[in-house]
Amino acid sequence: MNPVNYLYLAALLFAIGASGVLIRRNAIVVFMCIELMLNACNLAFVAFSRLHGNLDGQIIAFFTMVVAAAEVVVGLAIIVSLFRSRHSASVDDASLMKL
Amino acid sequence: MNTENLIALLVAAPLLGAVVLLCGGRRLDRVGHWIGTLLSALSFVIGLVLFTDMLGKGAEDRSLHQHLFSWIPVEGFQADVAFQLDQLSMTFVLLISGVGTLIHLYSIGYMEHDERRRRFFGYLNLFLAAMLLLVLADNYLLLYVGWEGVGLASYLLIGFWQHKPSAATAAKKAFLVNRVGDMGLSIAIMLMFTTFGTFAFGPVLEASEGTSEGKLTAIGLMLLLAACGKSAQVPLQSWLGDAMEGPTPVSALIHAATMVTAGVYLIVRSGAIFNGAPDAQLAVTVVGAVTLLFGAIVGCAKDDIKKALAGSTMSQIGYMILAAGLGPIGYVFAIMHLVTHGFFKAGLFLGAGSVMHGMNDEVDMRKYGGLRKYMPVTFVTFGLGYLAIIGFPGLSGFFSKDKIIEAAFAKGGTEGWILGSVALLGAAITAYYMTRVMLLTFFGEERWRHRATASPEQPSAEPAAETRGQHSEPHPHESPRSMTIPMILLAVGSVFAGGFFSIGDRFTHWLEPVTHHDHGDSPLSAATVTGATMVVLVVGVTLAWFQYGRRPVPAVAPRGSLLTRAARRDLLQDDFNHVVLVRGGEHLTRSLVYVDHTLVDGVVNGTAASVGGLSGRLRKLQNGYARSYAVSMFGGAAVLIVATLLMRAV
Repeated sequence: MNPVNYLYLAALLFAIGASGVLIRRNAIVVFMCIELMLNACNLAFVAFSRLHGNLDGQIIAFFTMVVAAAEVVVGLAIIVSLFRSRHSASVDDASLMKL
Repeated sequence: MNTENLIALLVAAPLLGAVVLLCGGRRLDRVGHWIGTLLSALSFVIGLVLFTDMLGKGAEDRSLHQHLFSWIPVEGFQADVAFQLDQLSMTFVLLISGVGTLIHLYSIGYMEHDERRRRFFGYLNLFLAAMLLLVLADNYLLLYVGWEGVGLASYLLIGFWQHKPSAATAAKKAFLVNRVGDMGLSIAIMLMFTTFGTFAFGPVLEASEGTSEGKLTAIGLMLLLAACGKSAQVPLQSWLGDAMEGPTPVSALIHAATMVTAGVYLIVRSGAIFNGAPDAQLAVTVVGAVTLLFGAIVGCAKDDIKKALAGSTMSQIGYMILAAGLGPIGYVFAIMHLVTHGFFKAGLFLGAGSVMHGMNDEVDMRKYGGLRKYMPVTFVTFGLGYLAIIGFPGLSGFFSKDKIIEAAFAKGGTEGWILGSVALLGAAITAYYMTRVMLLTFFGEERWRHRATASPEQPSAEPAAETRGQHSEPHPHESPRSMTIPMILLAVGSVFAGGFFSIGDRFTHWLEPVTHHDHGDSPLSAATVTGATMVVLVVGVTLAWFQYGRRPVPAVAPRGSLLTRAARRDLLQDDFNHVVLVRGGEHLTRSLVYVDHTLVDGVVNGTAASVGGLSGRLRKLQNGYARSYAVSMFGGAAVLIVATLLMRAV
C-alpha cells in the first residue's frame, strides 16, 4: 500500500481535530480533539519515516507520545478543577480569569 | 626705565580702586572718595609720564606694546592680554583719566550727602578701568572685555539711585540696548577670526587691505552696529536720554570721557577695514548725519536741562561718527572733536549738576532763570562751555566742528554736498538749542520764585514733583570749591584745547602715523565754510534769542507744534521701539506659540492618539475565549505555511 495514503489520512484526522477544537464547547471534547491532532501528526511522522527510509520520524513520534501523556495528566486535572469551581465543562464559560 | 611696563598700571590703578572700594566695606566710608580720586589721578599721572616719553621719540616708533600674559592659548586661537599704546590710545588715555579725575573731584562735593558715596566712587573707578582697558587693548577680544566692562559700569551708575524705579528702568534700558550693539561687536570679532585667523589689531588691519570688499563690508557694518549701541546713534539711541536718571557726574563721565566715545574709537581704530568697504563707510556717514539732526532736534525741545544736554551729546557724537565715516579725511577731526567735546560737554554737565545742586535738584529749565547773579562761577564756566560747543570763533568747538564740516564737503560729489549741508544745519540747530539752555537757565526773570500775584500753580505733568519743593523756595547758591575747580579747569580746556590743537595742525601730525590723513579736495574753500558756519551760528543764536530772550518764558511748557511734541517724546523713539520691536516681538512669540500648539503638539498628540486607538482595537482580540485564540493560532500557522510555500516556490 502506498504510504502517501497514510498522509491523506493524517491530514483528514488533523482537519477533524482542528475543526473539533474550533467548534465544540465541551472541554473534554476539545481535549480529545487536540489528542486527535497530535496523533494525526504522529501518523504523518511515522509515514514520513517509512517514506524516507530512516527512523527520525518514529523517534519524534515517541517524543510526541510522552509529551501528550504528560499533557493529558495536567490538562485533565485542569478540566476537573474547572468543572469543580464552575459546575460546567464549557470552554466558553471560562473566559475570565476570575470567577 | 622701561616705559612699556607702565601701561598695565594705567588700567590697574583704577581697577585696584574699584576692588578696594567695593570690597573694603564701611570702614572706608570716610576716605573712600579720596582713594578713588587719587587712584584715578595716579592713572592720569602715569599717562602724562608715558606721554612725555612718547613725545621724546620719533613719530614712527611711538607705538608701545606690552604683552602681559596669554589668556587663551590654543592652537590657532591666541587670545592675549596685551596692551598697545600709540598716539590714538594716548589721546584717549589722557582724556579719560584727565576728565575722569576732574569728575571724581567734582563728585566728592556733589555726592557729599549720599551715604553710598564710597560705592559710587568704586563704580566710577571701575568705569575708568574698563574704558582704559578698551582703548589700550591690542586686540579686539580684549577690547570687547573693556567694552562689556563699560556696559556693566554704566548700568551700575545709571541705576545708582536704584530706589527710584525710573533709575532702575533706565539702567536696564541702557544695558539692554547696549546688548544689541555688543552682539554686533561679537559677530564682527567672529567674522574677523574666520576671515583673518586672528583678532589682534596689527595683523587684522594689515590683512584687511587684500581682503574682499564683501567681507570687509560685513565686518564694517557689524562694527557700526556696535558703535551705534555704545555711542547712542540712531537706531540704538534710545537709552541715552533715560540715562540722565543717574547722578549728574555720571552723565558727565558717560558723555564726555567714556562710554559714548567708545564707538568713535572703535570706528577710527578699525579705519583700515572701513577704508576697504565704501558701503560700510557710507552707512557710517548716514548714521552720523541722521543722529546729528536727530539729537539736535531732541535737544531743542527738552525742558529738562540734562536731557537737553543729552540730545546735544547725541548730536555731537553724530558729528564724530560722520567724520569717522569720511575715511582718512575725517578720522583726525573725529578724534579732535571728541577731545574738545570731552572738555566742554563735561564742563556743561558739571555746570548743570552745579545748577541742580543749588536749585534743590530741580531739572526743569522753565523753573530756572536769572541764575547768573547767584552762581557766577557756574555761569562763567557753563557760558564758556556754551560758546565752545556752538563753535564761537577762537574756542575749541569752532576749530574741531569747522574741520568736520569742511571734511564733509571734501568728501566730494553729491554725498559731500548733502553731508556738508546736514553738518551745517546741525551747527545752526546746535547754536539754537544751546542758546535756549543758556537763556532759560541764567537769564530772564527768576521763575523759581513763588510769586503771590503769579497764576496759581498749575498741576503739571512733570515727574520731578517730589523734589520741586512746592513749599520751600529754592535758594540758589554757588557750589563748594571741590565742584567749581573741575568746572574751571574744564572751561579752560574748552576755551584753549581747540586752538592749541590747531596751531600748525599739531593734532593732525600727532595722529597721522596711526590714522593717516588725507586733505581731500573741498569744493568750497576753508574760508567759505567758516563763513557759512558763522552765518548759521548767528542765525541759530538769534532765533533762540527771539524766542526765549526777548519775551518771558512760560513756567509751564506750551503745547507746541507737532514737531515740538514729537521731539519732547524723543522723536517717538520709544513709541517706535514699542510698536515695532515690543509689539512685533509679542506677535512673533504668539504666532510661534500657535505653531507650537497646533503643529508640533498636533504631531505628538496625533501619534499618541493613533497608537491609543489602535491598541484599543487590538485589545478586543484578547477576549478570554480559548476558541478564538485557537482560531488566531490556526490562522497564523496557515499564514506561515503559505508564506513558506511561496518562498520555496520563488
